[in-house]
Amino acid sequence: MWSFLKKLYHKLGSPRWFYDISGKWLPWLALVCAGLLITGVVWGLAFAPADFKQGNSYRIIYIHVPASFIALAGYYIMAVAGAVTLIWRMKMADVVMRSCAPIGAAMTFLALVTGAIWGKPTWGTWWVWDARITSMLVLFFLYLGVIALSEAFTNRDAGSKASAVLALVGTVNIPIIYKSVDWWYSLHQPATLKITEESTMHPDMLYPLLIMISGFYLLYAVLLILNVRTEILSREHRTKWVKALVLARP
Amino acid sequence: MQFDNLADFLQMSGHGVYVWSAYIIVTITIVYLVWSPLARKRRIITEQQRRLRREEYEAQQKAGSSTSI
Amino acid sequence: MHPVRKQRLMVVLFIVIGASVAAALVFFALSENMNLFFPPSDIAEGKAPVGKHIRVGGMVVEGSVHRDQESLKVSFEITDYAEKTTVVYEGILPDLFSEGEGIVASGKLDANGIFQAEEVLAKHDENYMPPEVSDTLKQPKGSAMPSSKQDYK
Repeated sequence: MWSFLKKLYHKLGSPRWFYDISGKWLPWLALVCAGLLITGVVWGLAFAPADFKQGNSYRIIYIHVPASFIALAGYYIMAVAGAVTLIWRMKMADVVMRSCAPIGAAMTFLALVTGAIWGKPTWGTWWVWDARITSMLVLFFLYLGVIALSEAFTNRDAGSKASAVLALVGTVNIPIIYKSVDWWYSLHQPATLKITEESTMHPDMLYPLLIMISGFYLLYAVLLILNVRTEILSREHRTKWVKALVLARP
Repeated sequence: MQFDNLADFLQMSGHGVYVWSAYIIVTITIVYLVWSPLARKRRIITEQQRRLRREEYEAQQKAGSSTSI
Repeated sequence: MHPVRKQRLMVVLFIVIGASVAAALVFFALSENMNLFFPPSDIAEGKAPVGKHIRVGGMVVEGSVHRDQESLKVSFEITDYAEKTTVVYEGILPDLFSEGEGIVASGKLDANGIFQAEEVLAKHDENYMPPEVSDTLKQPKGSAMPSSKQDYK
């Protein structure tokens, strides 16, 4: 078991191995992802019943909740990659960390924007400085900070270290976002999907939401792989295998 | 199907503007997120192809000039 | 583990723990200010400042909504199932405003303990269900009359 993990770790550390294997997986992942997202959107928009209080405006939940989930989960991936970069100086971890940041920033942006659009017809306002929304805005700035720091240094290693430290410091924000609706009085409602209890959503509405969430997780995987592959090509362009790959292209 | 016709579906009982604008913004962002690494990859490959061809050409030139002497 | 890596691991742990402690202290100090609104109990205890711009929140008491016939003036009571506060407002209420639902109002508390609202926001809960289902349930779970204080945080 341990030797298998060690082997896997060394393989994952090899950009070339990752480039080859991800190239084989990518079309299938993308296909399943597109299938899930299209099913989820059509089901959520056209077939799921309207809500007894909010009517049709609640349909925004099918993109708002998945985008928020990915924004938070993506931060953990980025922070773990940052820690690996700092401790083991693994080339691939740095590539992953840098690739995570723009995707995470975009997902947080989507969560904030769809939330604002949803807030207008239901709450009566686009924006309110409550604990959940404010901590989500902080997450957005953390992602932007990681992007900015990783680009700010002419020396790439220095940029990696600085952005990894910021990513680690920012992990504090994640549990605060999760618990903000329970710890403080806020306008945002508490979680609908719960791990330990039954969800407070009717099954007819819940299934498309679960499909959308799995679709967004796959979308995240696809986007991360795309970004990592591009970053690998850019960094390894002087190696033999990239030269061969480039010349094989028309 | 929850809606009787297309107009109903687009209006969403008055909430259409909110629902559709949210979905459109998400779609545009996702398309951009997929497109941007692919475009960058394309750029890197053409750049490298050009560089490799130039190096090859320069090497040939050198070889050519040395034999002519 | 290699001693250098062990040292780096320690640095990483130090960053995470240090940041957590710092954040915990900040939030402990700010915990009152992190609340978006005051519940009626806080107002009854005199914790909410009079004449300052604040927010209050709670459930609209059933049967307490009085609309003025000639204007958009409306008055209602909100409760956290311990205390009640009267709210006066002039303007259009959000679609989701109704008796038994949660609201958050911003405005000022006057000397008589009546809240003069400038804006009323509807606060919805985490329950989603089709209308047919809610009709068959006499008391929609957690929506009409939540029994615990947890329900309208």
